[in-house]
Amino acid sequence: MIHTDILIIGAGPTGLFTVFEAGLLKLKCHLIDALPLPGGQCSEIYPKKPIYDIPGFPEILAGDLTINLLEQGKQFQPGFTLGERAETIQKQDDGSFIVTTNKGTEHKAPVVAIAGGLGSFEPRRLPINIIADYEDKGVEYIIRDPEIYRDKKIVISGGGDSALDWAIFLVDVASEVTLVHRRNEFRGALDSVEKVQELKLLGRINLITPAEVSALHGDNELEGMTITKDGEEMFLETDHFIPLFGLSPKLGPISNWGLEIEKNAIKVDNSLDYQTNIPAIFAIGDVNTYPGKLKLILCGFHEATLMCQAAYKIINPGKKYVLKYTTVSGINGFDGSRKEAQKVAVKAII
Amino acid sequence: MQDVNIIIKDRDGVMHDVIAPTDMAMNLMEVCKTYELPVEGICGGMAMCASCQCYVLSEHELPEIQKEEEAMLSEAFYVKQNSRLGCQIPITKELHGLEVELAPES
Repeated sequence: MIHTDILIIGAGPTGLFTVFEAGLLKLKCHLIDALPLPGGQCSEIYPKKPIYDIPGFPEILAGDLTINLLEQGKQFQPGFTLGERAETIQKQDDGSFIVTTNKGTEHKAPVVAIAGGLGSFEPRRLPINIIADYEDKGVEYIIRDPEIYRDKKIVISGGGDSALDWAIFLVDVASEVTLVHRRNEFRGALDSVEKVQELKLLGRINLITPAEVSALHGDNELEGMTITKDGEEMFLETDHFIPLFGLSPKLGPISNWGLEIEKNAIKVDNSLDYQTNIPAIFAIGDVNTYPGKLKLILCGFHEATLMCQAAYKIINPGKKYVLKYTTVSGINGFDGSRKEAQKVAVKAII
Repeated sequence: MQDVNIIIKDRDGVMHDVIAPTDMAMNLMEVCKTYELPVEGICGGMAMCASCQCYVLSEHELPEIQKEEEAMLSEAFYVKQNSRLGCQIPITKELHGLEVELAPES
C-alpha cells in the first residue's frame, strides 16, 4: 500500500504543478496516470506544439513544459504509479480513501485530487462488432510483452508511428508480420517509413494497402481475418491482431465514484476550493466544471493552488498556516535541498 | 461582418440550423461546441483526434485538406469520401448554408 498526503489522479500539467504547491505546504503527493509517462495531453497529443499562454513563457513546447514542471516539483519527491488506471475508491473509517488501480496497486491518502483532464487515454477500439470477443484472445491493443509473438503470425493495422515501429520490431520476433493500412501513405518518422519499405522489398513484411480489416474469425481464439482491399475480400490466417489507432481519452471508472458529473466533467465548488460533492475529493484542471469554467492550463494551476490550501486544512485540522512567498522563504525540499534568494550584503564601503 | 447559417445533422439525425459568426476566427468544431452539440474537440483543434469528424453534405467549396488533416483522416474510423475535420474548416461567408453531418463517435 502506497501512503501519501494528496493522491493525484492524472499526471498532466495541473497534477504536476499540484506537487509543487503541496510541497510548499509540506504535503507529499503521489500521482497515478494511465499513460506510461507523465505530462498527460502535453506528452501524448502535442509534445512538439508550442503553447503561447503560459504566464511568463511567451512560447514553450508542451513537452518542455512537462519537463519544467517535473523539475519544479522534483525536490518534493512525488511518487508515481504510471501505466495504471485509477479504478476504484473506498472511503475508510478514518476519513481517508483507498484508490486501487486496474493492476491492483493500492494507494491510501486523506485527500484525493482528480486532475484527470479529459480522462484516461485508452486505445481506440476498432469498430468491428465482435472484436471485444477476441480481446486478449489474439487481439491486443497494447503490446505489453513482445515475446508472446515469438514465432507467431501477426497482423498490425494502422498508419502511424506505433504501427510502423512495432512492425519493424516484430519482424525479428514473429514468424510472419503483415501490416494493413487504409491508405498507401504512412504518417511517421521518415526513417521508419523507409525501413518498412525496405523490409517489404526483402519480403519480411507483408504490406497490404489500401485495405482494411473487416472481420475476425476463430472459435475461441483468433484464427484469421477478412481483409477488404479494392472492394475484394481476402482471408488471412493469423495468431494475433494488433490494431494501433492511437489513444482517446475516456472519463472511465471515475464516473462511477459517486461524483456529480455534468457534461462529462466533475462538478466542483469554485467559490471556495474546487471540492466535489464528496468531501476531501477535489477535481482540478480540465476534468472539472463550474460556471464560467475555462479549460486552460493556467486555470488548472490556479485551481491546484487553492485546492492545496483546502487539503492542508483537512490534513492538519486547526493548525495555523500563513501564506509564504517563495521569494522570502525559499523552498525546502523533502530531499533536504534548500533553494533561497541570495542575501543582500550589508557592508560599509570605505 | 455577417453571420452565416450552417445546418448540422447530429448523431440522432436531428437537424440544427445554427448561426455562426465569420469575424471570430471560429472553425466548424468550435461552432458545434458553442451550440453544445456532441463534439468533443479533444485536441483543441490541432487535427489530432478526429473527434470533430463530419460528412459534408452540401456542395460548398471548402479549404483544401492539408497534410495534418489528411493524416488524421487516414487513421480515423468511419471515414467516407466526404469526411472532413470540423476544426480545419474556418467559418467564412462563403460557407453560408453549409450542411454537414456529425460522424459517429469513436
